[in-house]
Amino acid sequence: MFQVDKDIILLLEERLKLAFGNDVLSYEMSADMPCFTIEKNKVTDIVRFLFDDIECPFRFLTTLCGIHFTRPVEKLGVIYHLHCFKHNQRIRLKTFIPVVNPVIESLTPIFASANWMERETYDFYGIIFEGHPNLRRILNVDDMTSFPLRKDFPLEDQTRDDKNDSMFGR
Amino acid sequence: MASYVDEPDSFSGKGFFATSFEKAIGLARKNSIWPLPFATSCCGIEFMATMGAHYDLARFGSERMSFSPRQSDLLMVMGTIAKKMGPVLRRVYIQMAEPRWVLSVGACASSGGIFDTYSVLQGIDRIIPVDVYVPGCPPRPEQIIDGILKIQELIGKEQLRRRNSREYKELLESYNIE
Repeated sequence: MFQVDKDIILLLEERLKLAFGNDVLSYEMSADMPCFTIEKNKVTDIVRFLFDDIECPFRFLTTLCGIHFTRPVEKLGVIYHLHCFKHNQRIRLKTFIPVVNPVIESLTPIFASANWMERETYDFYGIIFEGHPNLRRILNVDDMTSFPLRKDFPLEDQTRDDKNDSMFGR
Repeated sequence: MASYVDEPDSFSGKGFFATSFEKAIGLARKNSIWPLPFATSCCGIEFMATMGAHYDLARFGSERMSFSPRQSDLLMVMGTIAKKMGPVLRRVYIQMAEPRWVLSVGACASSGGIFDTYSVLQGIDRIIPVDVYVPGCPPRPEQIIDGILKIQELIGKEQLRRRNSREYKELLESYNIE
């Protein structure tokens, strides 16, 4: 069972703050794991720092995914979950980018497993991962033009003509 | 001797039996359908029960499941067809030789079912012509057998010239096949 070791995380937070200063925008202890919000241009540097950390090396990328907020400010986000096998600790990194030009650095130079996860995130949110070796759709059909998990994408299939709003009482 | 099928309308006397070519061929075709199961989800599980010992699809002349489209007569589509799977299904249909029939089993194959969403094809009749629809989510094996019997009825009554008719060519053209 995974349990947060507060001492390790506290020291880690200090080291991060020391190395990156204001690029670590905030730290919070959410319900399940420690969570850092970081500057979008520093993702590769910070993940590399955590990867090479001697005390608590985060050598495993558990998951990577996108998120789309519409309020209060519309923004896209990328969430990384990292795992340290040495102490069995997990952390979550969040970073946010604008919707108009959603570009972020790719993690593929550090974690090969980021390849498909970044393709999936691109597929569903349209986030461009700079430096990705093969950034194309992975789950949806290749000729799709929209990004279906964005909030402005309509939920129901748009090719149906036997359903209209009156059937849903709107 | 047990009688497995009813003899077609005929004129017979001592030592001879005369019927039309069409009826004899229809009789042979409908009682020896080789189905090609295209099973993608839970309807496929129901189909496995249907062809298994308990419900025994073989009773209706469909002993042999053909897993090659070239040698099959009936394409049984069972389960959700994602939009990405659509071209594959279409290709399988095109590879089948005439005469060919299509049975759409379950809500997903027939209309998209509960998956009214960007990734799911809203009914396989958007890409290939369908002969019989079996409703249900998933349908029971009895319903699938009923669908097969409906297909048999269609096959038995089909005119030999139908596949060369203008209407049939137009139907295929409307799906951009051939």
